[in-house]
Amino acid sequence: MNRRQVIASFVSCAVALAAVGASGPRVASAQGNVVNVYSARHYGALEKVFAEFERETGIRVRLSNASSQALLERLRAEGKATPADLFFVIDAGTLQIAAEEGLLQPVDSEVLRTVIPAEMRDPQNRWFALTQRVRTIVYNSNKVKPSELSTYEALADRKWRGRLCMRPATHIYTISLVAGMIANLGERRAEQVVRGWVANRPTFIDSDSRILENIAAGKCDVAITNHYYVGNALKKDSNFPVKVFWANQNAQGAHVNISGAGVTANALNRENAIKLLEWLATRGQDPGEAGLAGGNNEFPVNPSAQPTEIIKGFGPFKADLAALSKYGPLQAQAIKLLERAGYK
Amino acid sequence: MQISYRLSRSAVWRWVSPARWPVVLLAGAVLLPLIRLALAWLNLTPEVWQHLWETLLPEMVLNTVLLTAGVGAVTLCLGTTLAWLVTNFDFPGARLAEWLLVLPLAIPSYIFGYVFMALFDYAGPFQSQLRAWFGPSLELPEFRSLPGAIFTLSLSLYPYVYLLARAGFLELSAAQKDAARVQGYSDLAILFKVSLPLIRPSLAAGVSLAIMEALADFAVVRYFNTVTLSEGVVRLWVGQMDRDAAVQLASLLLLIALLVILIERFLRRQARYYQIGGQARPFTRTRLRGWRAALAAAAAGMTLLLAFVIPLIQLLTWAIEELTTTDLGTLEMVFGQYLLNTAGLSAGAASLVIAVALPIAYALRHAGSSNKERRLPVVARLATLGYAVPGTVIALGVLLLAAPLNETVLSMTGGAVLLSASLFSLMYGYLVRFLAIGFNSIEASLEKITPSMELAARNLGAGALRVLGRVYLPLMRAGIIAGWLTVFVDTFKELPATMFLRPFGMETLSIWTYMLASESAWQAAAIPSLVIVLANTFLTVLLIARPVRLS
Repeated sequence: MNRRQVIASFVSCAVALAAVGASGPRVASAQGNVVNVYSARHYGALEKVFAEFERETGIRVRLSNASSQALLERLRAEGKATPADLFFVIDAGTLQIAAEEGLLQPVDSEVLRTVIPAEMRDPQNRWFALTQRVRTIVYNSNKVKPSELSTYEALADRKWRGRLCMRPATHIYTISLVAGMIANLGERRAEQVVRGWVANRPTFIDSDSRILENIAAGKCDVAITNHYYVGNALKKDSNFPVKVFWANQNAQGAHVNISGAGVTANALNRENAIKLLEWLATRGQDPGEAGLAGGNNEFPVNPSAQPTEIIKGFGPFKADLAALSKYGPLQAQAIKLLERAGYK
Repeated sequence: MQISYRLSRSAVWRWVSPARWPVVLLAGAVLLPLIRLALAWLNLTPEVWQHLWETLLPEMVLNTVLLTAGVGAVTLCLGTTLAWLVTNFDFPGARLAEWLLVLPLAIPSYIFGYVFMALFDYAGPFQSQLRAWFGPSLELPEFRSLPGAIFTLSLSLYPYVYLLARAGFLELSAAQKDAARVQGYSDLAILFKVSLPLIRPSLAAGVSLAIMEALADFAVVRYFNTVTLSEGVVRLWVGQMDRDAAVQLASLLLLIALLVILIERFLRRQARYYQIGGQARPFTRTRLRGWRAALAAAAAGMTLLLAFVIPLIQLLTWAIEELTTTDLGTLEMVFGQYLLNTAGLSAGAASLVIAVALPIAYALRHAGSSNKERRLPVVARLATLGYAVPGTVIALGVLLLAAPLNETVLSMTGGAVLLSASLFSLMYGYLVRFLAIGFNSIEASLEKITPSMELAARNLGAGALRVLGRVYLPLMRAGIIAGWLTVFVDTFKELPATMFLRPFGMETLSIWTYMLASESAWQAAAIPSLVIVLANTFLTVLLIARPVRLS
């Protein structure tokens, strides 16, 4: 054997190794009693609700985690070949875009139709909301009186200069909030509002729970966050000094978003995906720790399920459900608007 | 002219002669994603650039320049000062500090970043305590800012400069120092007039490593609200779902990364100063006393405390909190799977890198010094460029390459194999990124084998394979193991390529850490973070700190 052959054998070793690595994930993912979920929920597989489902049905839930936008981008790139059966994200707009692009399939399920109210699912049944989150105004109750607060738009007032904390424009929550404002107020007025927020020199913090901690510590007095972060903070410390204010109650209502899911267009484990959806819309709505809504203090979509005591304590509110279906089409516009307005 | 001679047809033909093909082929394969990305320059979309120019581009470029310059300057000062102190002076704890100061290398910057944010932002314990002492109206400068990012990244990256500066200082001979001292130079004068000019190449190498890391970072800068080019690529790609724009921006980033390498090469050009003749006598360290000793010990101690001890204690505290408050059953199951995935990927990547690096290094070793073979090392060097290119950029390059093949592979395999997000793409990404590490390690071990050893074996009648098995491999074993381990741990903590190229369900500890930390779920993030840090610490102690201690 000469040197050339030695080198060649090394090369073939490397190639063989690479080839072993190339075995298809889609084949593997179709095997066994599983359901493959693209999930944008923050705690991913740590949420008890999935373990509970596995225990009860014997169907293994495999999760792949990323942000809503990252998952949509990935689903787009993978198209029909995606290994995911269920696309589970935390934004209505992302679900609408996925559905419009033909990435999700309609699911005709008696259970889903009866337990999920019509405004909480796609008219063509390509996606279903499973929990509701209200993105509203929160404030330091030692420094701000609720009578000083009213609407998202009013936070553009000079009065709040240097007193605001905001989530950056990169997060889907901000993008959908502004998309909702465009739907309600028109693009020009919405841009004025965003420019007003920016003029108030907010502290940008890319985490709702850290925003609340900064309010509690005194960095800022008012912010816009999802309601359940306050609920979760109260669960840990019942004296947490940040309170929820339901925004825009004399107008369209507070901004609502959802966490929800749809079955992918070419799902290999379609039946299991539907089973998981149905389970999450019924048993998974439990207000206890093991529920999707209860474990994270979100509002259940199923009208027969109760929210947790903590968030019941936030009082009744009017939700802006009409805007929910417009986030998807307006998100691109919202991103551009935020960039133009100099919102971080 | 010589160049035209080299490019003449016959020369090129001979140059790519069969014995050379593995190197050329392998190097080409490794370079392919970068070349594909560079091709984006041929296809620029004016609208994309117009929009970028009108919105984030100026800020991105400015921030990138300021961040890399800042991190470069701070790591240079900190790393060099510490290396100077531990190599030239004796003070309490100096010998211990000498190797402990390497340890911050074990904390990846995306972990370092969130720990520092939690500790030092307005709501963190540091500022809260200050407010408790000095009143609630105390306002420190905003930590979520460019200076905050520079501070954090510099503390995380200074060991690169420290390590190389330390090696540089140790190479200086006592004679040089004595000569300067006889001239009446003080310690400081020796440092600035003799030592620093002589170790400039080492400093350039260390600083450029720190700068490359800062350039590639997209996680820490986001915590600090600092939009850089790397962050911009991720923002466009997954934030705005605009892959085309991300590709174009990434190609700009690629250009800058290559520029950094060129500058570094330029600074190192007259590279080495050797002690000519005679035995280099290790110089004696000056013993420091009184306040000088205290100051030196404080500098080393404070750095170590801030850059390693405090973050580690914070991670441990969070991990314990998490373990005592969550359901261990779920945690154990999820954690076990992620740990297994991470270890499997790392072992695969390490083996692949070594398998590719070996033939390249071996062929290089046997490349003659004739004109036609002189370019082979250049090809090999090119193939190791990946280490300087941000992981996100490599991921985009691999995806761009895979995209046109995706459909073909799908139809060929009956929809079974998805190329774009598969183990294949991921391993390819790792190979591009980490080939340099494996290659350098193997090359270093090959240098110990003299041609006469091989000739002797050949004369005794051993064939090439036997020489390889009986001479090369045993002598190279340490280098191969070191290279394998380094790639293993680098893959263990790798974030961007894993994030974008991993196949379904291939969740790793780094992904898990990043997901949880970006939602400030710090307690939960601490457990995977700790495992990454401990694996890294083990290797850092084994491969870097121990040699430092023994030397």
